[in-house]
Amino acid sequence: MCLSIPSQVTELHPNEDSVTVDTMGVKRKVSTHLIAEPLEIGDYVLLHVGFAMNKIDHKTAIENLALLKQMELANGC
Amino acid sequence: MAANGITLEQLYNGFRDPDTIKMLLAKIAQIAPQLPEPLRIMEVCGGHTHSIMKFGLHQLLPDNIDFVHGPGCPVCIMPKERIDQAIALAQQPDVILATLGDMIRVPGSDTSLAKLRAQGADIRALYDPLDALVLAQQNPDKTVVFFAIGFETTTPMSAVLVQQAEAMELDNLLLHVNHVLVPPAIDAVMAGGEATINAFIGPSHVSVITGAKIYQAAVDNYQTPLVVTGFEPVDILEGVLMLVQQAIAGEAKLEIQYRRSVSHDGNLKAQQLVADYFELADAFRWRGLGDIPASALRLKPQFNHRNAELKYAQILPTDPVDDHKACMCGEILKGIKTPQQCKVFGRGCTPQTPMGSCMVSSEGACHAHYKYAGVSL
Ligand code: SF4
Ligand code: SF4
Repeated sequence: MCLSIPSQVTELHPNEDSVTVDTMGVKRKVSTHLIAEPLEIGDYVLLHVGFAMNKIDHKTAIENLALLKQMELANGC
Repeated sequence: MAANGITLEQLYNGFRDPDTIKMLLAKIAQIAPQLPEPLRIMEVCGGHTHSIMKFGLHQLLPDNIDFVHGPGCPVCIMPKERIDQAIALAQQPDVILATLGDMIRVPGSDTSLAKLRAQGADIRALYDPLDALVLAQQNPDKTVVFFAIGFETTTPMSAVLVQQAEAMELDNLLLHVNHVLVPPAIDAVMAGGEATINAFIGPSHVSVITGAKIYQAAVDNYQTPLVVTGFEPVDILEGVLMLVQQAIAGEAKLEIQYRRSVSHDGNLKAQQLVADYFELADAFRWRGLGDIPASALRLKPQFNHRNAELKYAQILPTDPVDDHKACMCGEILKGIKTPQQCKVFGRGCTPQTPMGSCMVSSEGACHAHYKYAGVSL
């Protein structure tokens, strides 16, 4: 019941403590009550039962994937 | 929109990339022979169980690496008497019972919320806890009881619900709180001594809220490596690789694989909200694990006016109820048995006619085995 999904912020609704996010084409409004720092359009967040529960750090994600790719080369497969 | 240097598609696909999966599997297979003993990895969370079965990861790993399912689904671990309480509440003519997810299909002693709803009881499955606010506003002559379930991931959402209900002075919104904690469940599994577990993967979404720090004590106490990982196949396999490397090096460390959203300290705002509205309960009875002290949360006394367990104390059954004799959910949650070892698995018990909660919850071990392993009986 509670897997969380990455989504991207597409609209801000600061007066309603919410943002609109896009989850691979599906748009929905989610609560931002749990997010301390301001969100910006284009940010990635993790969604969980109607709430944005944290930001996803795109830089770390890219680094993680790049590191795995490197391992791939070093491993020769 | 690639404003951030990575697109949503890349974020999804990168962690499902077949080449990366193959590379990780090859790497694990290459070093696994050096393991001093077979690695038995407990996935505490059913979300991991689901991914492992869905992508067949358990079949792709070397023979000396095994996954063992743990007590990690709030639906699976809900003891029958708590479901009976939800049922008793839903039978009150003035009550609207609202809850999340699969909860309404779990059998209680005599019936389930789903059956009761078919008979006319007002029971709502919510996708967002805050929808309970709207329900309460629209039904001023009724009491809306939110049957709150979930691990550390969902507790902050219930905290926001209380906060908003207080701010809006919605007197007709109550909570029946069943928020349980992961670390005491790990303690119960390890202290029981029956499960032979020597590594853990911790679910990323719990630690997004709590930080990785909640597991440090378990890592130290049981000298068991633990890696906090995401739910994508690449995440899980990278986590397994990290565990294998630790085990070969003879280490027991807490590590984070899901660095893109998990830190050591977690989401402090969410933790503060939980601390504002909830406190540790003395004990909670877990299905299969029994009473575990300090393993759940309850509303703080200043919010007694929102506590459905107090307000409806007179009608709530509290006697412990045992599971169906044939059902082995308890042993499965403790990591001692596998679903296939249950006599009624796939026969009397299927996702359509579940006898135990592990078959109801889409993240339950029995459900995942039934759905993805095929039932070869
Ligand atoms: S409901 Fe599913 S995802 Fe959430 S904690 Fe349980 S098993 Fe994990
Ligand atoms: S197969 Fe059904 S009865 Fe058996 S342990 Fe799983 S849920 Fe319980």
